[in-house]
Amino acid sequence: MITISNITKKFGKLVALDDVSINCNSTECIALIGPNGSGKTTLIKSILGMVVPDDGSILFNNKNIAHDWKYRKHIGYMPQIGKYPENMSIGQIFDMMKSIRKDDSISLDEELFTEFGLDKLLDKRMGTLSGGTRQKVSACLAFLFNPDILILDEPTAGLDPLASEILKEKISKEKTKGKLILITSHILSELDDLVTHIIFMQDGKLKFHKPFEALRSETGEQKLSKAIANIMLKTAH
Amino acid sequence: MKKIIKFVIIDILRNKIVLAYTIFLLITSLSVFNLEDNTAKGLLSLLNLILFIVPLVSIIFSTIYIYNSSEFIELLVSQPLERKNIWLSLFFGLAGSMVLAFFIGAGIPILIYEASSTGIMMLIIGCIITIIFVAIAFLTTVNTRDKAKGIGTAILLWLYFALLFDGLVLFILFQFSDYPLEKVVVFISALNPIDLGRILILLRLDVSALMGYTGAVFKDFFGTSLGMAVAFITLLLWCIIPVGWSVIKFKKKDL
Repeated sequence: MITISNITKKFGKLVALDDVSINCNSTECIALIGPNGSGKTTLIKSILGMVVPDDGSILFNNKNIAHDWKYRKHIGYMPQIGKYPENMSIGQIFDMMKSIRKDDSISLDEELFTEFGLDKLLDKRMGTLSGGTRQKVSACLAFLFNPDILILDEPTAGLDPLASEILKEKISKEKTKGKLILITSHILSELDDLVTHIIFMQDGKLKFHKPFEALRSETGEQKLSKAIANIMLKTAH
Repeated sequence: MKKIIKFVIIDILRNKIVLAYTIFLLITSLSVFNLEDNTAKGLLSLLNLILFIVPLVSIIFSTIYIYNSSEFIELLVSQPLERKNIWLSLFFGLAGSMVLAFFIGAGIPILIYEASSTGIMMLIIGCIITIIFVAIAFLTTVNTRDKAKGIGTAILLWLYFALLFDGLVLFILFQFSDYPLEKVVVFISALNPIDLGRILILLRLDVSALMGYTGAVFKDFFGTSLGMAVAFITLLLWCIIPVGWSVIKFKKKDL
């Protein structure tokens, strides 16, 4: 579904992505793991076309995404820090997004919207919202248009336990529908029962990309956090 | 594209600065026309005011507005929208509302008091100057990520076009006064949209005699219909080139 071949991105002297190649298929639920500043967000933003790679290409359903924009209607994106126009209300944001993306073939998925109770906050201005409520808005927008691909950048950061449980349940529900899900998170324990594949990045380089099962048998650990710690220890020595 | 323009315009119209700008223009133009018993004189006073205030407000407000919309832009870029359309919608929304503010603030008094061809010419030039400075603001913001630096650049650009440019031209004229520079000056004036607008209106007000021999050269060139056409095409280029350039830059920008 998404084929990334040899992309490189530099911000000044900093190499954010260094010759990264990844192939992702539908029905996979991929955890994108790596230390801070390892290029995870840059990789996600490259897939979304928000960052233009210096070198290499990204194919979406075998079509190059450079100079293309229509492919983005298949993607739901939840950013790490949701940035929204301060003086628009939640209702206006949703109306705007619906009027931009609405097309008759799409059925709206407003499950999260009601479960998070955002329908009671429609008149609240984005500027007055707490970080957690912003995250809820981001999450709802990502799922709203029933996309084939979900890209979630630190989805549960800032959410209260109840909301993050609702979100996790929603993610596993979408996973059963055969969607491609890409998650980055630092809280590895919550990824345990979700992910099928692991991508590990460090210093802008792809360290490995393999099924979770393979990682389990390789390290002899059942928990993702322990498995990753095991790998990191090995590479440190 | 229409939808984004709509959202931008609604957002700007809610902004009190544009309203204040409209009222300011309205009050000044009404008072200028009421103070002078001769409407042609009123038009001349208004011209100097417009050529000073309109570029300033257009460029500064647009620059700040685009920086403040960075979240809006980021949100839209991750959606199935073409970057070119996002940027151009923002431009049309911003330029449209600034032109509307100018039209209500200065255009209506002009149409009431001096609905002659000169008055209408001034109205058109005011609108074009507004669009040009909004366009320059777009080029400034796409090039600088830092807000303070971007706004500083915008102020410097306005200073350059409104004040420094004339000083530089005068300096050149004095330094090279032994040479026949009149034709060159016609060309140089095309490098500054404010000057071009001023010349076009002054010629219609028949005060070009005050400008001496250079004024005569201007009249020879810009007084003809060919000269007028060239002047307007130049002004249009001043709109199109900065916007076009900023679109090319925005397409490659990392957000």
